[in-house]
Amino acid sequence: MTMSTTAGTVAGAQANPVTGKAAAVEQYNYDIVKKFAIMSLVWGVLGMFAGVWIASELAWPFLNFDVAEITFGRLRPVHTTLVIFGFGGSALFATSYYIVQRTCQARLWGGRWLAEFTFWGWQVGVGAGVLLYMMGFTQGREYAEFVWPLDIAITVVWVAYFLVFTMTLVKRSQPHIYVANWFFMAFILATALLHIFNNLAVPVSFTSLESYSLFSGVQDAMTQWWYGHNAVGFFLTAAFLGMMYYFVPKQAGRPIYSYRLSIVHFWALSFLYMWVGTHHLHWTAIPDWTSTLAATFSILLLLPSWGGMINGVMTLSGAWDKLRTDPIILFMITSLSFYGMSTFEGPLMSLKSVNALSHYTDWTVGHVHSGALGWVAMITFGSFYHLIPRLWGVAKGMHSTKLIYVHFWLATIGIVLYISSLWVAGIGQGLMLRAFDEYGNLGYTFIETVTFMHLPYVVRAIGGMFFLAGIILMVYNVYMTIAGAKRSVEVDVTARSAAVAR
Amino acid sequence: MKHESVEINAGLLIVLTLVVISIGGLVEIVPLFHIKDTVEEVKGVRPYTPLELRGRDLYIREGCYACHSQMIRPFRDEYLRYGHYSLAAESKYDHPFQWGSKRTGPDIARLGEKYSDQWQTQHLVKPQALVPESIMPPYPWLLKNELMYTDIENRMKALKATGVPYSLTAEEYQANVTNFGQPMADKLHIPNGKATLEAEAKGRNWDGDKERITEMDAMVAYLQMLGTLVDFKKYDQGYFASFR
Repeated sequence: MTMSTTAGTVAGAQANPVTGKAAAVEQYNYDIVKKFAIMSLVWGVLGMFAGVWIASELAWPFLNFDVAEITFGRLRPVHTTLVIFGFGGSALFATSYYIVQRTCQARLWGGRWLAEFTFWGWQVGVGAGVLLYMMGFTQGREYAEFVWPLDIAITVVWVAYFLVFTMTLVKRSQPHIYVANWFFMAFILATALLHIFNNLAVPVSFTSLESYSLFSGVQDAMTQWWYGHNAVGFFLTAAFLGMMYYFVPKQAGRPIYSYRLSIVHFWALSFLYMWVGTHHLHWTAIPDWTSTLAATFSILLLLPSWGGMINGVMTLSGAWDKLRTDPIILFMITSLSFYGMSTFEGPLMSLKSVNALSHYTDWTVGHVHSGALGWVAMITFGSFYHLIPRLWGVAKGMHSTKLIYVHFWLATIGIVLYISSLWVAGIGQGLMLRAFDEYGNLGYTFIETVTFMHLPYVVRAIGGMFFLAGIILMVYNVYMTIAGAKRSVEVDVTARSAAVAR
Repeated sequence: MKHESVEINAGLLIVLTLVVISIGGLVEIVPLFHIKDTVEEVKGVRPYTPLELRGRDLYIREGCYACHSQMIRPFRDEYLRYGHYSLAAESKYDHPFQWGSKRTGPDIARLGEKYSDQWQTQHLVKPQALVPESIMPPYPWLLKNELMYTDIENRMKALKATGVPYSLTAEEYQANVTNFGQPMADKLHIPNGKATLEAEAKGRNWDGDKERITEMDAMVAYLQMLGTLVDFKKYDQGYFASFR
């Protein structure tokens, strides 16, 4: 395996004495990476705030305030869209643009403006999308709520992204395409496929934002969850594995544990994920054969998932001491542990007998968040703490290492509170709903389960607040790092121009 | 072929990845459009009337599906709590489907006619007034807002384009008379759209005010028909089981 040895170069070290501009900035397009990284954090804070808000609405319903725009039903897609596409999506654009340039040793293809177009297109799409949800314009498909004109715009942006990424690969100066890029490629292709087919719809008219999906009932459910689960599989897993395959070895200073394992688990993951969406539809009116296939493939999926986890964690072998000294490694290894845990929990929940209890309950919500907070957000935080100082050319790293530790513990405690409270809520509700008294009547009314879930909902909201506090701390740390970088460049330039004048 | 050839060729990587990610969807989705037993043949299932359709649009606008499922599973507790399990046929005119994925509130696939119109209206205006422990948000604006229905005919046309049997021509109308009876066929006739909606809204005291056509009229009309179309007494259980 070859990995660019210059990748560790800190940009500031090669600064041009007069302009203060780093040579690496000339070689690679870092400007676009910076923009996406900053917007990722902005959407992250907003999206997690929306999450804490709707979690609190469930615990304290007065927070709906009789205001249509902020009721749970309208804010929930705002939360999911902001964190998945705003935070996660921007983080993926940032890191994929960074990684493809560094591992190919080639500047982004398409000049400045094509990459810039993907930036503005994505940000405007996410921003307009969530404002429209609050105004009541939605397709009513989970994680695909964007109205049809935005769906078309997003498709155009995605094609531009595909071109920038692929053409940069094509003009690489390294013979090999590094493994991280395979995962990003699978993510770009699968997302395009899913987005296009799941959003097929007939608009009410060309001047209306509303539309009706092309498929109905069973076929529509199947298409939606084929999309829904592969948004998890490719957007939130494959792509973040791409992130992992670059930043974990970089931060650990070690090569990937097993190249062979990365090949095997890449193909297995890409193949198997596409089969499992129907496990969201167990026991519904979907034909049983699709359900059985999905459960079977969900179990199989454990293997490539754990292949990825093992490959990431074992990359640290021989450098385990870093867990004691490097909070960034702490973030990365913890994220891989959560990845391993939620990819074990997933197949478990895909079994029809377990699903009979877990489906429709908060267990599912908790499971999603052990993946989304534990894996996706944690690997992003770790990667960003590695990336930000390098982008802005700060040789000493982040402004404060202590704050990274504090962030780590806030995030970890937050996740644990979140997941465990929803295990209680979900499994508890599932058991109550299927309980019978000695005469064979239902043991509980539905509203009794709602009352039961109040306390877990309070704890869940508090867990979310911990996690939100963590990312706010990160934003402060990033701000101070960038501000520090700008100050030192100014000092540098003044000193050097004084020297030149002399 | 050595794997190395994929690692040095972006085009090959793209093609092979596309092949690998396409198979699952092809095997599981395409047959659903062709296997006849996927959706049962059941009497009674019909497209939404104009007022119900607008109610359903509002249901989607408010994101009700985030907390309420419309899909009863074949378990004893669900049978006792909600009624007969949902059939595929019952959502065959649902674009998009509203099966949901989470029950923060109860399933409402068979909510229709379980409560009075008055109960539904009051509950939507302030759920806690009727169910003190409820955590459902209040929807008072449904009662205040006039229902927008100027584009009802466009909506029916769009749905017709997806395959819902709303009628435009005399032939299509006749087919609906045969399938759903004349009174219903009149309601499903697109040129009648606006007039039908107004007659529906004023023909029953949905929200307690017969004069104004409010969003509440449409919402209640939709909720009151949920799960009421199939008469399960007419079928024996073995029949539905044969489709599963």
